[in-house]
Amino acid sequence: MSSTEEETLMTLPKKKFKILNLLWIILFVVGLVVSTKVTKTSLGALFANFGQFADIFLQMLHPNWSYLGAVIPLILETIKMAILGTVIGSILAFVYSLLIARNIVKNKAVTGILRVIMNIIRTVPDLLLGAIFVAIVGIGPVAGILALAICTFGIVVKLFYEAIETIDPGPIEALTAVGANKLQIIVFAVLPQVMTYFISYCLYAFEINVRASTVLGYIGAGGIGLYLQETLQVFDYPKTGTIIIAIILVVVLIDYVSSKSREALMK
Amino acid sequence: MADSAVKPVIELKNVKKVYGKDVVGLKDINLTINKGEFVVIVGLSGAGKSTLLRSINRLIDITEGDILINGESITKAKGKELRMLRRNIGMIFQSFNLVKRSSVLRNVLTGRVGYYPTWKSTLNLFTKEDKQRAYDALQQVDLADKVYTRADELSGGQQQRVAIARVLTQDPDIILADEPTASLDPQTSRRVMQDLRMLNEKHGMTVVINLHSVELAQEFGKRVIGVRAGEIIYDGKMSETPKETFDQIYSGGDQDE
Repeated sequence: MSSTEEETLMTLPKKKFKILNLLWIILFVVGLVVSTKVTKTSLGALFANFGQFADIFLQMLHPNWSYLGAVIPLILETIKMAILGTVIGSILAFVYSLLIARNIVKNKAVTGILRVIMNIIRTVPDLLLGAIFVAIVGIGPVAGILALAICTFGIVVKLFYEAIETIDPGPIEALTAVGANKLQIIVFAVLPQVMTYFISYCLYAFEINVRASTVLGYIGAGGIGLYLQETLQVFDYPKTGTIIIAIILVVVLIDYVSSKSREALMK
Repeated sequence: MADSAVKPVIELKNVKKVYGKDVVGLKDINLTINKGEFVVIVGLSGAGKSTLLRSINRLIDITEGDILINGESITKAKGKELRMLRRNIGMIFQSFNLVKRSSVLRNVLTGRVGYYPTWKSTLNLFTKEDKQRAYDALQQVDLADKVYTRADELSGGQQQRVAIARVLTQDPDIILADEPTASLDPQTSRRVMQDLRMLNEKHGMTVVINLHSVELAQEFGKRVIGVRAGEIIYDGKMSETPKETFDQIYSGGDQDE
């Protein structure tokens, strides 16, 4: 008896089969089938037209290099848009974060209201912002820059105010005891602790902006997206291919440089 | 000690502090500290030592009573007036409270911030004299070679001495030290206490220290104040204080009321 008992202890006990897990799986499969029926999604269509996909892809794989001369200025415009959008948005986010950090502004009514406003701004997607600004300031890069600025604001403000709230409160106390005023406390006790984070978040927002700005042109907000749309409309896939390769190169390069710089900052 | 020539620099009058609704921090404290004194406040954790010290420069607002600094009420002071009074009171903290990512020099210079208008200090426009003053202060605590080192690269004892240099640069009349040695080893603790004594003897600053360690209190203190459960239960010259008094101050472990 004892020996068998020992054996059962030695071998890995079998996991108990749970009927509930099976029910979940059935529920998911049924849900998937039902929702494809309801939305009339047909996976077949994707595979039926796979030949066309391959055809477009092959055409794109033979990029029209002579078109590069036209692409580069617009790529540069896209990057400029991203830079301007990042700078404007970050400056706004910098000031705003200081106003909503509860360890700096003690008035809960002020921080509460400002946070609600921030959250509303953050929920608007970038393409919608682009469309709104195209309607306000007209077609062109200015609309794109404004849309990117608001996006940057949304990203940076959230990360930055949270960083401010997690700083060591000791130096704030020390500066208060020294007789410093609010601004001096911010400059001497708060900013030295969070500036590297701020720069890092701006770079992160810049990475996102470069990617976002390539699409913004699609709705007339300036940048390379405009050509993307034009070439796709006339089925000139070799040109589209050139644009996509150029975009990929730029995005990869900027992502790499930016993430390396952020790593170096955090040391 | 009530010499007619000595001026009171800190006066607490019927000071009461209640946390929340009914947690008593301090009850009816009356205390006068004169110019040039070296006072140690002893007592158990939670006895109200920290509350007492922090109410002096109003890092904590008291509930009732009044506190006078050189005859001026800090309890009623507002804005610039309050900052001016604070500028005259240096503070040393248990956790040093340096800006760790900033250089030692910048940390020491923050002691002067109260003397500058906002825009000048914000742009880092410290005068040559003040930079020299900061450097002199670092020399006095033997850290002159660390001027441009980042504060977080220093040991705990060195960081506390940077904090002392900061106070020296601030050049106040009063120094409050809240458990300045609690996070240091015994040897470093003595060094820090010696530096505080130097501030008292060489620069004539009035020093008030919260201490845990009875040994350090006995070695350095000139006047002892015993605090228990938010009340001053002993006040006398160190030379006249018998060992039993400390036992009394530290008896009755539970601070619950």
